[in-house]
Amino acid sequence: MSDWPFTNPVLTASGCGGTGRELAAYGDLTELGGFVTRSVTLQERPGGGEPRIVESPSGLVNAIGLQNPGVAGFLRDELPPLVDLGAPVVVSIAGHSLGEYAELARTVGRTDGVIALEVNLSAPDPLGSGLLDAREPFQAGSVVGSCRRDLRADLLLLVKLRSDVSRVAETARAVVEAGADAVVVGNAQPAALPDGRAGGLSGPAIRPQSLRCVAEVARALPDTPLIGCGGIMDADDAREYLAAGARAVQVGTALFHDPTTAFRIAREIGPQTEPPAGEDDR
Amino acid sequence: MTTATRTATGPVHVTAEVLATKSVGAFHHLSLVAPDVGERSSPGSFLALSVGDGHLARRAFWIHRVGPMGGHRAVVEIVVEERGAGSRALAALPAGAPVAVTGPLGRPFALPREPVRCLLIGDGYAAAALTGLAERLRERGCGVHLVLGGSDDAHVLEPLAARRSVGHVEVAVGDLTAAVLRALPEVDVAYAAASPETQRFVADAVAGTGVTCQVALERPLTCATGLCHGCPVPVLDDQGDPHVVRACVDGPVFRAGRVDWEALG
Repeated sequence: MSDWPFTNPVLTASGCGGTGRELAAYGDLTELGGFVTRSVTLQERPGGGEPRIVESPSGLVNAIGLQNPGVAGFLRDELPPLVDLGAPVVVSIAGHSLGEYAELARTVGRTDGVIALEVNLSAPDPLGSGLLDAREPFQAGSVVGSCRRDLRADLLLLVKLRSDVSRVAETARAVVEAGADAVVVGNAQPAALPDGRAGGLSGPAIRPQSLRCVAEVARALPDTPLIGCGGIMDADDAREYLAAGARAVQVGTALFHDPTTAFRIAREIGPQTEPPAGEDDR
Repeated sequence: MTTATRTATGPVHVTAEVLATKSVGAFHHLSLVAPDVGERSSPGSFLALSVGDGHLARRAFWIHRVGPMGGHRAVVEIVVEERGAGSRALAALPAGAPVAVTGPLGRPFALPREPVRCLLIGDGYAAAALTGLAERLRERGCGVHLVLGGSDDAHVLEPLAARRSVGHVEVAVGDLTAAVLRALPEVDVAYAAASPETQRFVADAVAGTGVTCQVALERPLTCATGLCHGCPVPVLDDQGDPHVVRACVDGPVFRAGRVDWEALG
């Protein structure tokens, strides 16, 4: 596989850092392991109706609806400023079909300044969002295979899976066999807004479940690099994930509460010191 | 006091201290020692506060006043109306309490280059967004006519203080539309900080009159910093094509004609 490109084990989570320019007001993006963009689709998406986010105990329920300018708009308007800032950019992609995923991977893979691709297979409401249904392991594997086929070999391919305790290890195995270099475990959990619309629950409320999923995948696939995500608010939370077998973490919802969180955790945990994959003596 | 300051402009995230708190009419005024927030603010800026106790979303408030107080150079005053658990908790903060503050946030009002005649329309506690604007406009030699509204007397923001600093103040309890219609023919520029219904009324009233109008939109915000995409504002570009932007970073101040009021809901 390609080299591990993250010099710090703390990344932002997709959809939680604006376009990156807003987050850069509160810290130096080059100090993060990675800035993961919001999920980019082939066509522009205006996003869902209001309310888009409501509070719940120790969490937020969101239904943003993957608002994004489409891959062309993203490459034209949002990626260049990130590259100028020196951000270690990970582009998250979401597709409505296998063909769209493949086209997105090809397009982003041809672009300079991107250190990894993250295939989003973890939307809390994929069907309502109109995304390809990839909840079954074989479907997830198909998506990853179609992305991997045309992707340049030196670009790290991450696959982000939902924290579904009963299926996550099996799905992780399927995507690794299909060509994923590393697996991101944990996104907002399927939930509903007070008006009944489908959304995703994020924040500390879901951390124990995401942690369990990371532990399950680490046991099942001890040689696969894992990135843990879900409810990380401080460095101690991040260390829990690292102790459970994650090699890196993503910080998301905490940024909405305090935009300096990821920078602070990155400084506290420090630069990546583990050996590169393959030389791990685990 | 911790300060995360990277540049000389733009927002900072700081642990502020409540310096003073008072009830005025239906509202609570909080004076905050928040280093760099006041110094960097402009009329129309807002800030975000953390509530604590497991509340992850921020609470956003207009910056009402910035000035020296108790030996501090730029104390920031905000106006809180109790609407839910978060604003109740913030209104109850005692002097000396620490509170996480991010600010100044958002695109502020654009100021006229010439000394023009200005109508300011402020409804309820949202009128706090206009306090600094009125002062800045007066400094520039602009005529200022302020219409202050509110559901009742207690919800009209500081009419006496406004009379001291603004040229012409008109209080319109209950319904301020008649006062706005009377004043519009006499002005070149209008600024509105009010409910969406009132702002839409103003936008419709100025359409085609030659009066330029800016509105300070108040939308439900989660992060208030541009990160979450939770505060969509439908807008129309110069060709009339629809787009969705964020209230917190693309606003909160918009040209009234840019907002797609029909879609805003």
